[in-house]
Amino acid sequence: MYAPPTETENLGNRKSRNTGCDNGESLRPSHTPTGCGNSYSAGYCSFILSAKASAGRLDGKMREKTLTMDTLNPQVKAVEYAVRGPIVIKAGEIERYLEEGGTKPFSEVIKANIGDAHAMGQQPITFLRQVVALCTFPELMDSPSFPEDAKWRARRILQGCGGHSLGSYSASPGVECIRKDIAAYIEQRDEGVPSDWENIYLTTGASDGIMTILRLLVSGKDSSRTGVMIPIPQYPLYSAAISEMDAVQVNYYLDEDNCWALDINELHRAHQAAKQHCQPRVICIINPGNPTGQVQSKKCIEEVLHFAYEENLFVMSDEVYQDNVYAPDCQFHSFKKVLYEMGPEYFSSVELVSFHSTSKGYTGECGFRGGYMEVINMDPEVKAQLVKLLSVRLCPPLAGQAAMDVIVNPPQPEEHTFKQFHQEKSSVLGALAEKAKLTEQILNAVPGIKCNPVQGAMYAFPRIFIPPKAVEEAKALGMQPDMLYCLRLLEETGICVVPGSGFGQKDRTYHFRMTILPSIEKLNVLLGKVRDFHIRFLKEYSGLE
Amino acid sequence: EWLYMSENGALPRLGKVLTADTMNANVKKVDYAVRGPIVQRAVQIEKELKEGVKKPFEEVIKANIGDAHAMGQRPITFFRQVMALCTYPLLLDDNKFPEDVKNRARRILQSCGGNSIGAYTTSQGIDCVRHDVANYIQRRDGGIPSDPDNIYLTTGASDGIVTILKLLNTGEGRTRTGVMISIPQYPLYSASIAELGAVQVNYYLNEEKCWSLDISELQRSLQAAREHCNPSVLCIINPGNPTGQVQSRQCIEDVIQFAAKENLFLMADEVYQDNVYAEGCEFHSFKKVLFEMGPEYSSKVELASFHSTSKCYMGECGFRGGYMEVINMDPEVKAQLTKLVSVRLCPPAPGQALMDLVVNSPQPGEPSHQTFMKERTAILSALAEKAKLTEQILNTVPGISCNPVQGAMYSFPRITLPERSINEAKAKGQAPDMFYCMKLLEETGICLVPGSGFGQREGTYHFRMTILPPTDKLKTLLNKLKEFHQKFTQQYS
Repeated sequence: MYAPPTETENLGNRKSRNTGCDNGESLRPSHTPTGCGNSYSAGYCSFILSAKASAGRLDGKMREKTLTMDTLNPQVKAVEYAVRGPIVIKAGEIERYLEEGGTKPFSEVIKANIGDAHAMGQQPITFLRQVVALCTFPELMDSPSFPEDAKWRARRILQGCGGHSLGSYSASPGVECIRKDIAAYIEQRDEGVPSDWENIYLTTGASDGIMTILRLLVSGKDSSRTGVMIPIPQYPLYSAAISEMDAVQVNYYLDEDNCWALDINELHRAHQAAKQHCQPRVICIINPGNPTGQVQSKKCIEEVLHFAYEENLFVMSDEVYQDNVYAPDCQFHSFKKVLYEMGPEYFSSVELVSFHSTSKGYTGECGFRGGYMEVINMDPEVKAQLVKLLSVRLCPPLAGQAAMDVIVNPPQPEEHTFKQFHQEKSSVLGALAEKAKLTEQILNAVPGIKCNPVQGAMYAFPRIFIPPKAVEEAKALGMQPDMLYCLRLLEETGICVVPGSGFGQKDRTYHFRMTILPSIEKLNVLLGKVRDFHIRFLKEYSGLE
Repeated sequence: EWLYMSENGALPRLGKVLTADTMNANVKKVDYAVRGPIVQRAVQIEKELKEGVKKPFEEVIKANIGDAHAMGQRPITFFRQVMALCTYPLLLDDNKFPEDVKNRARRILQSCGGNSIGAYTTSQGIDCVRHDVANYIQRRDGGIPSDPDNIYLTTGASDGIVTILKLLNTGEGRTRTGVMISIPQYPLYSASIAELGAVQVNYYLNEEKCWSLDISELQRSLQAAREHCNPSVLCIINPGNPTGQVQSRQCIEDVIQFAAKENLFLMADEVYQDNVYAEGCEFHSFKKVLFEMGPEYSSKVELASFHSTSKCYMGECGFRGGYMEVINMDPEVKAQLTKLVSVRLCPPAPGQALMDLVVNSPQPGEPSHQTFMKERTAILSALAEKAKLTEQILNTVPGISCNPVQGAMYSFPRITLPERSINEAKAKGQAPDMFYCMKLLEETGICLVPGSGFGQREGTYHFRMTILPPTDKLKTLLNKLKEFHQKFTQQYS
């Protein structure tokens, strides 16, 4: 039987762990505190329980429900998504408590748990909003307060919409002229590497595209079940999707000591080990990294592509942070471009899908749920199946498609709005670079916190030292130690960050993910509070009081 | 060391990783006729026309999908004004916009993170929108309470339906979840069932009785299904898609009683709730009927009902707005639902804002009320007129018989096909009504969906067409259809 290597035990064998808990649960009466300890941590349980108590469950004589924890789809039960998990639910509760006049040692909750730029006060890019507003209410075309280049773009988008309305369904792969603009953008970004607009599919945020491609790939039973290689730490959309589809999660560990770099030997190790119990068919890469903020070197990308070529792996490259590169010695290289430069043998054979989104970069338009994917070398029959699958959901939101269009087709130097657009863009990216630096510096000044440089993306993922006494206490509570840490941080300071265990980490290491998105002033305050908290926490649990 | 092993140990790259043979087999089984081969061909023909290819017609008329704006319906001004303000809040200072528009936009923005429609919302949907939805339901249902905590905003109704089915899908072999759906059905259901690997359990609507739902047929279908799966969900579409019937209150009560007796989870697809045209017909929500049946039912039957911004008088399909209300869902399961939807972060915020306006439209006394009512009434009465017109013209064609379009946006007439055309279709490996619709498209430019894409009793043939084209165009379309059908019948007799 396959025995996972020790360092994978922190994430565990998902199936066996969950099965164990599920079995346990069905035997326990639902009011015992341990009763909901399936895939969510015990921390979550107490929130659910209190919600249940306040809901005042009716008497036990009710008809057995059709849909209960026992009859629920077990794959759904296995899904975990820490970015909006127990910590965030708790933060919401505290926010409401404060609103209702309750007192806490702080006056507001700062949500540094999610890459939501506008919620942190970032202003939208004027030009993007002008174009989308014009598309939404075309009567504004007559208004002198909107610039001509915005009107021109809006007209062009509307001409691509049925009945010239943003309210009609688009073709399921997206509005044709937007797909063409995206292809042109990719070609320009990749310095002439050709991009075919028919390979472009608009999506409902990048998440939707990632799920769709995984859905195509997941097949087989037992040892032929699709294995999906994902980095650890990872963005938990991947593990959640894998759970939901009952695929096999294959972890490869990023090298924290080497600025979270991807080590090709580790890919080989993970792949070899996984082959014993599943069929690894996909490798997922997040570059720039989420939650880890590293930017992959060109050489490293080449190695990954060569590996995928050799081992017959389908490559999924999550490049939603492609505009978020801050470190002066780093540069974003698209997987597509590197693949092209490796020569026709690679470029004509490696199956690659890359993902982009309106939610990150300098626009931060998360609410629009815009995104696209480009599929390279996909079997034409499979592509037809992909189109069919997308068509069931009809189409991605049109406002998101329009926003995506502005991102790939921004004002040009000769256009009227170029100056303002460029100013806004640089100011957002400049501030992010500054905050990336600031976060790293302040965190590294705290004893017991060690933070790699935030080369790109929007997060710091510092390693935190948690004293053994705190680890024991957490274990006694049935909680991950970094969950205990983050819950305490939230309760004492109002700062909401996500424990490293939600992303995966090497056994006996602890981290949290925080965004670098708050304004500089707020970020300074936040980091100061984290520092004070950490020192207090160390003292408390090291018996130095 | 590893590199060495791989270079020598790996198989040479022979073919693709992802092929029709290696892909997810369930995905292959998915069928979605509304955007199937007919529609793909229609798009091709449109391109050919643009390139100057001569055809016996000048334009393709897409009557395949309920896409009102694409058929020329104008958006409701008030909705778009508020949406423009939400998108570009500088317009809040523009005195061209009425006060009620500004108030709505301000209210929505105040409940968005950073007052921006570009922020993620909570996964369940914006708080104030969920409250407004609950108030709307309560008003609609004559005061029966609705709890905002039971409301989930969705990315169109489809998203909600797939999500609930996902929760319910479990078991293996004989314990696999069976999902009862009407035949004919909207193919989102069969597609999702196929993708999830659940068991499709068909119950047939009664075409002779205006596509009504017959409880004894439910009973038959359930009994038969219990032999091979675990039927635990019953899906109802009311008003019906593609069949256009509106369920009577009595019938809904019977269905609820049946679900209660047989322990079925009810899914009520009510996206056409404002689209009721026939005299004597009225929309009754499942929720309202359930609560009127008394606590014995209202405290136990599990129900999810779905609504959307895409249909009714709004027709705002592109915004992908919608909501679902879940009743009597186990609290632990609800927590699981919330977790599941959180993975996708949130439904599009503009779609949520639009949903808010639908449930919180201008009130008497507000500056936009009059225009709003005028626009709304004009659209709904035009639809009623077109429903009547479609039924009447189709019923004058020998070999076509069409039930009254009581509601929704489609007619689903039965067509008699000559034996020879059926044989020719079969020889081509096509469903006979697919063969018919393909020919119709090639000869007239009219794009419809064959009945086989929705399911129908064996040996019967239908097509679905929307009643959405403007009246003039609809008349032309129907007359062309009439001519085609006569020609087709002659040709193959």
